[in-house]
Amino acid sequence: MTETTRATTGATATTGATTVAADAGADAGPLLRAEQVTMRFGGLIANKEVDFTIPRGAIVSLIGPNGAGKTTFFNQLTGMLRPTSGSITFEQTSIIGLAPHEIVELGVGRTFQNIRLFGDMTVLANVMVGRHVRMKSAWWQSLLGLPSVRAEEEAVRQRARELLDMVGLRRGYEEEFAKNLPYGDQRRLELARALASDPKLLLLDEPTAGMNPGETARMTELIRRLRDELQLTVLLIEHDMKVVMGISERITVLDHGELLAEGQPEEIRSNPQVIEAYLGKGAAGA
Amino acid sequence: MPGRPPRLNLVNLFLWVLGGGILALAAVGAFLTLAQGRLSGDQWESLIVAGIALGSVYALIALGYTLVYGILFMINFAHGEVFMWGAFTAFFAASALDDAGMMDANPILALFLTLLTAMLVSMVVAIILERLAYRPLRGAPRLVPLITAIGASLFLQYTARGFYGSGVRAYPSYGDLFEGNIDVGPLTMPIEDAVVVVAALALMLALYFFINNTRTGRAMRAVSEDKDVAAMMGINVDRIIVTTFAIGGLLAGAAGILYTLLFNQVHFFMGFLPGIKAFTAAVLGGIGNIIGAALGGLTLGILEQLGPNLFLTGYNIPAPNQLKDVIAFTVLVLVLIFRPSGFLGRKENV
Amino acid sequence: MNPLLRRALITGVLGGAAGIHVSLVGMVEDFQGRDTIADIVTVGTMLPILIAILVGSRAASRMRAPLIDPTPRQAVLLGAVAGAVTGAVLALLALFVNSVDVAWILSNAKPSLADLLWLDQGPVVGSVILLAGGALFGALGGVLHVLPAPIARAVAIGGAVTIVVALMEPFLGAVLRNVGLRFLEGFLYASGGLTLPGFILVYALVAGGVYFWRTRGTSTKERVRAMPADRRRIGKVVAYLALIGLLLLLPQIVGSRLSEVVGTIGLYVLLGLGLNIVVGFAGLLDLGYVAFYAVGAYTTAVLTSPASPLISPELPFWGALPFVIVAAAMIGLMVGAPVLRLRGDYLAIVTLGFGEIARLIFLSEWAKPIVGGAQGILSIPPPLPFTNHPQVIYYPILFFCILAAIAASRLAASRVGRAWNAMREDESVAEATGVNTIRYKLLAFGLGAAFGCLSGAFFAAKIGTIFPNSFEILVSINALALIILGGMGNIYGVVVGAFVLVGLPELLREFAEYRLLIYGAVLVVMMLLRPEGLLPSRSRRAELHEDQGDDEVMYEHEAGVDTGRPVVTG
Repeated sequence: MTETTRATTGATATTGATTVAADAGADAGPLLRAEQVTMRFGGLIANKEVDFTIPRGAIVSLIGPNGAGKTTFFNQLTGMLRPTSGSITFEQTSIIGLAPHEIVELGVGRTFQNIRLFGDMTVLANVMVGRHVRMKSAWWQSLLGLPSVRAEEEAVRQRARELLDMVGLRRGYEEEFAKNLPYGDQRRLELARALASDPKLLLLDEPTAGMNPGETARMTELIRRLRDELQLTVLLIEHDMKVVMGISERITVLDHGELLAEGQPEEIRSNPQVIEAYLGKGAAGA
Repeated sequence: MPGRPPRLNLVNLFLWVLGGGILALAAVGAFLTLAQGRLSGDQWESLIVAGIALGSVYALIALGYTLVYGILFMINFAHGEVFMWGAFTAFFAASALDDAGMMDANPILALFLTLLTAMLVSMVVAIILERLAYRPLRGAPRLVPLITAIGASLFLQYTARGFYGSGVRAYPSYGDLFEGNIDVGPLTMPIEDAVVVVAALALMLALYFFINNTRTGRAMRAVSEDKDVAAMMGINVDRIIVTTFAIGGLLAGAAGILYTLLFNQVHFFMGFLPGIKAFTAAVLGGIGNIIGAALGGLTLGILEQLGPNLFLTGYNIPAPNQLKDVIAFTVLVLVLIFRPSGFLGRKENV
Repeated sequence: MNPLLRRALITGVLGGAAGIHVSLVGMVEDFQGRDTIADIVTVGTMLPILIAILVGSRAASRMRAPLIDPTPRQAVLLGAVAGAVTGAVLALLALFVNSVDVAWILSNAKPSLADLLWLDQGPVVGSVILLAGGALFGALGGVLHVLPAPIARAVAIGGAVTIVVALMEPFLGAVLRNVGLRFLEGFLYASGGLTLPGFILVYALVAGGVYFWRTRGTSTKERVRAMPADRRRIGKVVAYLALIGLLLLLPQIVGSRLSEVVGTIGLYVLLGLGLNIVVGFAGLLDLGYVAFYAVGAYTTAVLTSPASPLISPELPFWGALPFVIVAAAMIGLMVGAPVLRLRGDYLAIVTLGFGEIARLIFLSEWAKPIVGGAQGILSIPPPLPFTNHPQVIYYPILFFCILAAIAASRLAASRVGRAWNAMREDESVAEATGVNTIRYKLLAFGLGAAFGCLSGAFFAAKIGTIFPNSFEILVSINALALIILGGMGNIYGVVVGAFVLVGLPELLREFAEYRLLIYGAVLVVMMLLRPEGLLPSRSRRAELHEDQGDDEVMYEHEAGVDTGRPVVTG
């Protein structure tokens, strides 16, 4: 990654922040905005009044100690959980109460912290399922075996192969069951599946978990490249600070379910509260 | 899945209309029946008494489902057959004792001996089931143990048929031990029913004590909370699982003889319906919950006896008792639609 | 004790338990009437022999913990020991039933059972026969592990297939007679089984074929794949035409009585294809599938039969069919909607409940004015111009089976099939990947219901009379067992499963009695040993099929994980 891109994207992030304040039109506004999002499980408060925006085209990281409510927040963005209160809008459309598949259709794709592939389906089929929302054939058309259905299948198969190439999955694996892939390739496959739905916003839950430094570097590079090539906006949860600091244009810190800090990597790095949240915990643990 | 959005869509609307419709029909039916005075007070009373007796048998079987579910999160589909094997054993033991003249000479001892053999045999069947059919599949995808359980259920059923024949066999009588009625509070109960209720209650209390006050019982609770943690604490999880099956088997065996006391006959297919209904009872009370299973059993027993007469006679439906199983199954469907966690269940269990 | 020996003893005792089971349940005695090898081995006697072979093979196999590979000598010895233990247990059983009267409990524990086990040689010689026979066949099982893998495989598969060929005497015998090969029938078959020369011939052919296929077969496969696409397509078309021709001639080939059986198999193929959509594709374990079958049959009967009180004028069968489909869609939604949010095992029980509700309502006095109560509905007309003669009604059933198979395979290879499979694998991830799971569950139930109702409609038209008792839960179990045997999600598997599990019991009356016992065993054993079924799902590999188009592809994965050890399937 070159200095120039970092500078320009940094600028995007700043303009994003200013336009949020001005609350301008659809294209200029943030891609996603969450306001006062609160999630309760009985007595437990997992997220408390979180305000959060993702500017278009940015790579944003969501960090925080274990149990800070990051994955819970993710699950609310994807419709797997419904916030107890607060609002979430994606491109000015409220997504509260939408089913997960409807949110995918709007353009939000995700991966999971503990890889969740369709293990007994082939690699190619996994990606093709990801394309599901962008396919038009109705079931009765498939039943009749119409030519349009065949054409669509072929196009989707082609697209799936492209995506597999793009995430760097070696050729010849397409027919293998997903569960038989090595760990790193499973992560890549999950990424390809998420990309297949043509997301505008890609949510990655610890994309480099369990990887060695070499793999981590390659994955980081891949995420950045995908963002540029596919005009994505990326939100990721990550524990590896090297990855976070290296890739993010903005960082949001959650602690005990609450927003602790938000800003550019340098600001976060030097933010005393963040240091306390991490180091204080570390000191207590030691 | 906690917090899954309760979305108002066509499906939910349909379900609410369906469920509401059924409940409304039942309410109107009950009103009509009562307004027309179709049954006398005595008839209602005897139905309720019969329901309590039947319900306590269901409760005993339901405990087996609930215990196993609490630990393995699987429905032991073959549990109804464990019950049936207990009933058959009770029949043969009672016949042997009858031939020896013991049923007349010392009916209480005879009853006790029969109970004991039935419980033991059911326990053995349950243990074999766990060891051969379920243990090798621990950790397999959900459908796999379920299908195995269905297969095991058929296998046990038709093994009984092959071993013991396909006819209906009549249970010998315990002399005049069970003649007459007994007053329990406001209700007049046949002694037979009272014995069934007392025996079931005693067993349930024993189980409750066992779970709460013994080492093994505490270990069972620990395993049901978290298998891995329990294993780390030095609990032998395999042994606890077998114990759970064994206890379920003991209770089912007891239920087998109590059920035959009520209906006086045994048959290789007799495990199927009580099995399903006891499962319904377990779900009704909140699966995984012991007190819930007991309450669910009683509720279902009473509903089954009372239901057809109460809800259906008002509509002049002929032979309403033919539809009593429909009522039981409808209860199951309604509970699972509207409150899948049951009366006392934990939410995340469903 | 030596762990291998210990395992051999345990296996032997378990085998003995299995032997006791088949003896006491009555199979050994009831299957005496039919021979596997004419005048030499009856089916009943074959059971303990098979058990001994399996026990021997298991005792001689590689041990996993601790990892020990028995030497060839050990393998044979271990097999013999295990088999002998099994024999000894059976000898004890024979002595027991001969001397103690427990027939009032165990209806088959009679001295006649002992005589059978002793081969009528009396207690002393009989016990020796059991022991020696057990050791001999156990050793045979052990030998399978000594032979080189391809040979052992040929020996085992040859044995299994030959036994099936022997059991299929009523079917194959009739086929041979009807196609003018009476001499061949006379050579192969006698007294309900294969003759000795027939046995040897079939065995040699099958074992030889398997051996050839295993050693040269791959190259054949390669050659097929290497062929240019158009030639392969021609080959495929020719194969399909041949198959269709065979199917069209089938009623004439097998004759009238067997056509009846074939028709029933057809109905179950239709049921199986429908249930396969619900269970195999979408992973929703529906145990109340019989409800769809019943609704189809009753809708047809009520609309078409002059004996049904409700609707007159009567519709012809084909006129009723659209209503059947509408009824199917409705009942599919009725069953589907309430179970949408339920997890697998709950879904199974609730659907089971629906099945029973349907039957009980059809049986009740209450619904009698419409559906006839326990007396059922009589004189249902056939689907004219086809009569309900078994050789004629076969054709519309065949037509709909083919239609259903095409429909199912197209769906499986489409966006819909993938969505279903994703749902089966992990429902919440499928939803998060963009699959509208509610919609696809309902679609699965709706289509499954359509197939089930169609089958029910033809059932009504074929039999002409329906009773509530034709619609017991056993129909659901039957359909479930056949798709599991064949391989969930696989269309050919459904046909194979229907043929084995519906056809065989219909052909062999001795089996009918034990049908459900065998189903139960099939379900358990398949889940324990081979949950993917005999023919693993093709849908999972269908993604590449367009350009590879070859049915054999489906075996490839399996071959990949094959350890090369001989497998005796039981």
